[in-house]
Amino acid sequence: MTTTEVPLGGSVLAPRSIIWKRLRRLLLGWLALPLSALAALLIGALLILGFGANPVTGYHALLSGAFGGSYALASTAQKAVPLLLVATGICIAVRANVWNIGGEGQIVMGALASTATALALPNLPAFVLLPLVVIAAACGGAIWAGIAGFFKAYFNVNEILSTIMLNLVAVQVMNYLLSGPLVNKSQSFSITGLIPQTKLLSKNAWLPTIMSGTQLNLGVVIAVAVAVAVYFLLWRTGFGFRIRAVGLSRDAAAYAGMPVKRTVMNAMVLSGACCGVAGAVLVFGSISHRMVTDGSLTGFTGNDGFNGIVVALFGGLNPLWSILSAYLFGGLLIGGTSMQAIIGVPTDLVTTIEGLVVIFVVSIDYLRVRFRIQEEAQRLERDKERAPESSGRSLLFKLARARA
Amino acid sequence: MSQFFTYTILTATIASAVQYAAPFLLAALGETLGQRSGVLNLGVDGIMLLGAFSCYYVALETGSDLLGILVGMGVGAVLGLMTAFMSVTLKATQGISGIGVYIFGLGLSDLLFVRFVGTPLPVNPLPAVDIPLLSHIPALGRMFFQQNLLIYLAFLLVPALALVLYHTNYGTRVLAVGENPAAADSLGISVTRTRYSTVMLGCTMAGLAGSTLLLLDGIFQENLTQSAGFIAVALVYFGAWRPAGVMTGSLLYGVVTAVVLQWKSLGIIPTSAADLAATAPAVITILALVALAGRFKQPAALGKPYLRGA
Amino acid sequence: MRTKSMWVRCLVTLASVSVLVTAMPASVTPASATSPTTTLKVALVAPSAVNDLAFTQSMVAALDSLKTSYNLQISISDNEFVVSDAANLIRQYASRGYNLVIAHGSQYGSILQQLAPKFRKVSFAWGTAGSTFNEPNIYAYQANSNEGGYVQGYMAGMLSKSHVIGVIGPIDVGDAQLYCDGFKAGVLAQDPTATVHESFTGSFSDVTLMASAAKAYIADGADVLTGSSQSVVGAIGVAKSDKVAWFGTQWTQASLAPTEVVSSQVYNWKPVLEQILTGIRGGKLGGATYTISLGNTGEKIAFNPSYPLPANVKAQAKKLINEIVDGTLTVAQ
Repeated sequence: MTTTEVPLGGSVLAPRSIIWKRLRRLLLGWLALPLSALAALLIGALLILGFGANPVTGYHALLSGAFGGSYALASTAQKAVPLLLVATGICIAVRANVWNIGGEGQIVMGALASTATALALPNLPAFVLLPLVVIAAACGGAIWAGIAGFFKAYFNVNEILSTIMLNLVAVQVMNYLLSGPLVNKSQSFSITGLIPQTKLLSKNAWLPTIMSGTQLNLGVVIAVAVAVAVYFLLWRTGFGFRIRAVGLSRDAAAYAGMPVKRTVMNAMVLSGACCGVAGAVLVFGSISHRMVTDGSLTGFTGNDGFNGIVVALFGGLNPLWSILSAYLFGGLLIGGTSMQAIIGVPTDLVTTIEGLVVIFVVSIDYLRVRFRIQEEAQRLERDKERAPESSGRSLLFKLARARA
Repeated sequence: MSQFFTYTILTATIASAVQYAAPFLLAALGETLGQRSGVLNLGVDGIMLLGAFSCYYVALETGSDLLGILVGMGVGAVLGLMTAFMSVTLKATQGISGIGVYIFGLGLSDLLFVRFVGTPLPVNPLPAVDIPLLSHIPALGRMFFQQNLLIYLAFLLVPALALVLYHTNYGTRVLAVGENPAAADSLGISVTRTRYSTVMLGCTMAGLAGSTLLLLDGIFQENLTQSAGFIAVALVYFGAWRPAGVMTGSLLYGVVTAVVLQWKSLGIIPTSAADLAATAPAVITILALVALAGRFKQPAALGKPYLRGA
Repeated sequence: MRTKSMWVRCLVTLASVSVLVTAMPASVTPASATSPTTTLKVALVAPSAVNDLAFTQSMVAALDSLKTSYNLQISISDNEFVVSDAANLIRQYASRGYNLVIAHGSQYGSILQQLAPKFRKVSFAWGTAGSTFNEPNIYAYQANSNEGGYVQGYMAGMLSKSHVIGVIGPIDVGDAQLYCDGFKAGVLAQDPTATVHESFTGSFSDVTLMASAAKAYIADGADVLTGSSQSVVGAIGVAKSDKVAWFGTQWTQASLAPTEVVSSQVYNWKPVLEQILTGIRGGKLGGATYTISLGNTGEKIAFNPSYPLPANVKAQAKKLINEIVDGTLTVAQ
């Protein structure tokens, strides 16, 4: 390193390093997120080419399927609803440092609870039945998550283990109920046994469409309302404060006299409630207006339980920003289905691209943050030096002096 | 019920349980190593799927199961490198990067399957190798000592991993990095290198687990693992990050599954109750852990990327 | 704060992108299909993979074989086991001017029930099922898989030396249930004292569970096995390594275990598709249910030439097939 060649007040290195710094800030600040998603999509384009289809047509189909026109925008919003609800639930849980991987199971239990309610009380007027099924769904999900929360709080059973196991239990309970007690027995058309689905659910419980000609229904309002409510809960109430405190440091919170075990349990219960409501939206906002399964969890939830985790983390564990990340992720999913249908590539290609987007975006995120931290540190140092040169040069200068 | 308690059926059930448990055990042991050094990898299932597919494709094209196994492990190692890069160097949030790898592996494995295989053909399963002497022990011989080589390997890796973790310098470094990376760093242990090595080894074992599962099933199918990778991660917690505990968990899970299947096929469990009966492995696993009451604490640095000076 | 600015930037990018994208038309009506020279746009939505050696593969093969003779443009969306996603897809195909949308899975029925009234110019086909919901633009199709099941069950009864036979189904519904019931009836018709074990894994796709179930049956002494759905490949693998006989259904499975597969009941959806396509060309968009059976070449028992099948067994099977075809023998459903 040619330290002696760096003049004190001169400007030999200044322009280059400043330009480089500004470029880096531009890249990492503004463009990191879109660029990383773009990188993932480029690899996806290569895969599309490998299947003999045209990536340009494909991505055009993806964009127009997700955002092109009012119908597409409505479909994306509708897809985003369960993602947002799950993400809100994850925000609560992870803020308390409880990793709720059981979203899938909680969605299903919420859906089952709400379906059972609608089947049991079909003739209640809509303004009673609809809130009732949503509450039932919340209870279903809350109880299911509460089991894991209870074991975590009072028996120190790791929540990742219990929620994954409870997912496995949930799928069997769903299969049992949908082929047994809840099945539509009057399937006169079917000589081949009863399809595991329920009767057409009471019209009083259908989520009303709020934009005619589309599938956009009241679920959107419910989801956004829940997200806003949880935001206030987490940052404006004592309850939320305790959740966040326990998440940051259990020991400190215990020392401060907070009921740690109860808080952990509450966080899981609330988290499950949100996921349960997602289940209700999936059933009562569906095209078929009934609950039907093919025997697997994903067949009903479409992997929302896991995608919701991704959405929550992309939203910085903040329900309000999760609204946006849910919308974008929903766009990716809906657009992907469009793309598959239009250019005829296998469905798995879309899944692969989704995985790549998650990988790339999550990888770049910390770099961005770390760059910001570095920048801040250097700026502070610069102020301390009270020297007009850039921090890079003053650092160089210091090193030069040290060497000498 | 009495038909279940016959020699043939009992021994066959346990033998089947051991086979069923082996892929879980392999993946869980690998994850244990990674988690002991502080890295949580939720992408195990995706890596198992890609390892299974690679093993399948190579075995199909070359006719050699061994080559398939090696390639499966190699694919696991490559994915391990990628996971380590994301988790250690780029310090991405570990839970979410794992899910990304899972989605990626799920999609890519089937994508390649559809593209390169078309109508699937089976590959040769691994032959059972009877261990001389031991396989002649009544009952126990049939249950444990007439399995294929990969199953033996899975169970041999249990004491091997324990030996490495508790009695080698490498193991000490791993444990140190997982408990207190800052302290380890100040002692001159490279946190980065250690974590890279454990994650890569762990993912290699995940690739091996996928290959084992594939050779047990004899053919590849979309989503062959059916979330086995997640169950393996859960078993790490069950086993309290100790190889022996992980083995106990895998065997427990395998035995309950095999018994339920056997009872279903014998008609002991009627079809109407079959679904609820199938919850048994999961329920018993949770209850077992509750009964053991978590006395063990997780590695203190699990899930937290290490930043020197932070 | 960093999250906020990151998302503000995302919004800006997104808004600019949306502006660049052209709006999609609300709905495209399908071109009139009555002229034989116009291409018929056909879409298939299926719950499993196109190469699943079972349910979906049989339909894809049939569609492909009719492509040129009926002047079809075929689009396929496979692995759509998420019902709500499948609903969106079916709706998309319907609104993009497809003449025929085939919903190849019993779980899709409720979707068609809601969509058919909204897209009267589109023909929907639903299988395996027996009802068109009284909609004029829904066709239904099903497989009398119990017929082939009966024949194969009878053969199994003759072939089994231990008189213990195993049947592994996915879920107790649809053509899987029909087949399993028919098979069981066939075994018991040949040998009323035989032990027939029947169980359902609860999943259409879990290969490992099928393999484990097969092992459980073999442990109990079964020397003949059968099963349905794309997950049977696991059970066939076990049959192959334990040298146990296997009867297949939905597609020919001899390639998976050349010396163990005795025969397969192969689905040939061509007769059904031809009737549907001819109907559409003639202006009729639905309102009929079609069946494949041993009688109309929709189902065929494909004997595996590599399996050493005793001549008397084969002759008996052929006799049974003839009896079912000419109506002398009715297999209960």
